[in-house]
Amino acid sequence: MGDVLLEVRGLTKSFGGLIATNRVDLQILEGESHAIIGPNGAGKTTLIAQLAGDLRPDAGTIAFAGGDITALTAPARSRRGLARSFQITSVFRDFTALDNVALAVQAHAGHSFRFWRPARRDGTLRQPAAAVLESVGLGARAGVLAANLAHGEQRQLEIAMVLATRPRLLLLDEPMAGMGLEESQRMIDLLRTLKGSHTLLLVEHDMDAVFALADRISVMVYGRIIASGPPEEIRANAEVREAYLGEDAR
Amino acid sequence: MSRRAAVLAIGLVLLALVPPVAAAIGQPFYVDVFRRVMIFAIAAISLDLILGYGGMVSFGHAAYLGIGAYAVGIPAFYGIHNGWLQWTIAIVVSAAVALLIGAVSLRTSGVYFIMITLAFAQMLYYLGNSVEEYGGDDGMRLAARSALGVVDLRNGTTFYYVVLALLVLSLAVGHRLINSRFGMVVRGVRSNEPRMRAIGFSTFRYKLVAFMVAGAMCGLAGALLVNHTEYVTPEFMHWTRSGDIMFMVILGGMGTLGGPVLGAVVLRLLEDLILPAWTQHWQAILGPFLVLIVLFAKRGLVGLLPERRDG
Repeated sequence: MGDVLLEVRGLTKSFGGLIATNRVDLQILEGESHAIIGPNGAGKTTLIAQLAGDLRPDAGTIAFAGGDITALTAPARSRRGLARSFQITSVFRDFTALDNVALAVQAHAGHSFRFWRPARRDGTLRQPAAAVLESVGLGARAGVLAANLAHGEQRQLEIAMVLATRPRLLLLDEPMAGMGLEESQRMIDLLRTLKGSHTLLLVEHDMDAVFALADRISVMVYGRIIASGPPEEIRANAEVREAYLGEDAR
Repeated sequence: MSRRAAVLAIGLVLLALVPPVAAAIGQPFYVDVFRRVMIFAIAAISLDLILGYGGMVSFGHAAYLGIGAYAVGIPAFYGIHNGWLQWTIAIVVSAAVALLIGAVSLRTSGVYFIMITLAFAQMLYYLGNSVEEYGGDDGMRLAARSALGVVDLRNGTTFYYVVLALLVLSLAVGHRLINSRFGMVVRGVRSNEPRMRAIGFSTFRYKLVAFMVAGAMCGLAGALLVNHTEYVTPEFMHWTRSGDIMFMVILGGMGTLGGPVLGAVVLRLLEDLILPAWTQHWQAILGPFLVLIVLFAKRGLVGLLPERRDG
């Protein structure tokens, strides 16, 4: 594992009286798979939203790949290599799977003030998109409208869109949300193929997935990160067991 | 060619046949009727670019109709009849005003966007009412139609074919636009804007340019409309006119190019010809008809035509 890719310092966000993110410090190393776990309402999604640029923190800084990105918008962060998937599936439902991914390729292929040539016949967009679709196992579904894909396939499509932006860091907000056992397993297998070649920051409830994928785990409770370390250490941590794993351990 | 494209092509051929047929049956009046229909079709296409493809519910689109009309009427008032100049002014000023209106209103969404675009259009409407120099609320007569060199708009049939050519051009430009990279961005925004931002598109600038293109195209329609009526009044910009154009788009089918044309044909003919000839209470028939369309043909009249699945 390499250098620090993402460095969060003193990140704080409150909604009225509720402190959703409470002076969070977090380091993600290049190449690692890092999972954030914690009970519902711990502030995991709020944290992801601030990292992705959808929410502005009240205080604190976010440094990514050596530059301060705290003030950047979500699109600007994406163009720097920070890609996110959403907790609730977010695809372009009235576009085909291939169109979805081609748009993600297009977003990173210079400006789009190109008014004349048909984008759907542009090999520089379609070919990389088809390749990414193939790599997540949706090659055969390229021409299907995203709305007509099964739930698990839509989640795979999201991963394809994320990958098509050639990100340096993937922010995955509960990629297994709402999936059946079989679909979950397929997603875990897919994410495992990314492990090592990509840096992953994963928010997930599914403990099997977390322990299967993560090199390091951070535990978030009431907006604070109370522990951070390798999976076996987290499993052994008494405070963590009490705050969170307790329910599962019984 | 898809079935819808074929229907659209047939429709355009039929429009091309209107002048000779009208002459043959001794009803030159129909040339006027369909010229007006086509001018509104251009305006409706321009609105559909942002409404149907971009999901921007602009309720002030008639503003550009008025700007385009005054861009012809005001130079003509001072004796400048050069059509190339007038129409260029119509397009450029409409685009510039759209830039200003869009820069403010595109920062909002939903109902606020609808209300702000409506408010801007009404501001222009009242501006037109208050400038006595150009007739105030009475409006002013156009001294002469735009002069376009050898193309003589005073000849009703010539003018008709100029409008038809511009309608075809608008369809062609619209077609290239919506299928280009730019068009994919605009359609992506309608489909899922947070997603667009997350994959790296700064959506605002694309929406703003789309808003300007739509304004410019409608400005051209305005320049045509004033030549057609030979009169310009602030009524061109009244909010009911914006509603009219919007209904053409919804009636015909949002997010298609043929839809607004069909919507313009049907609504104009119903409003101008068929229903008033039948009963003076025609609005009581038109209203429920439109409600039924919205309820039961959600994709508009064009949606009733079966279409192969888009690839």
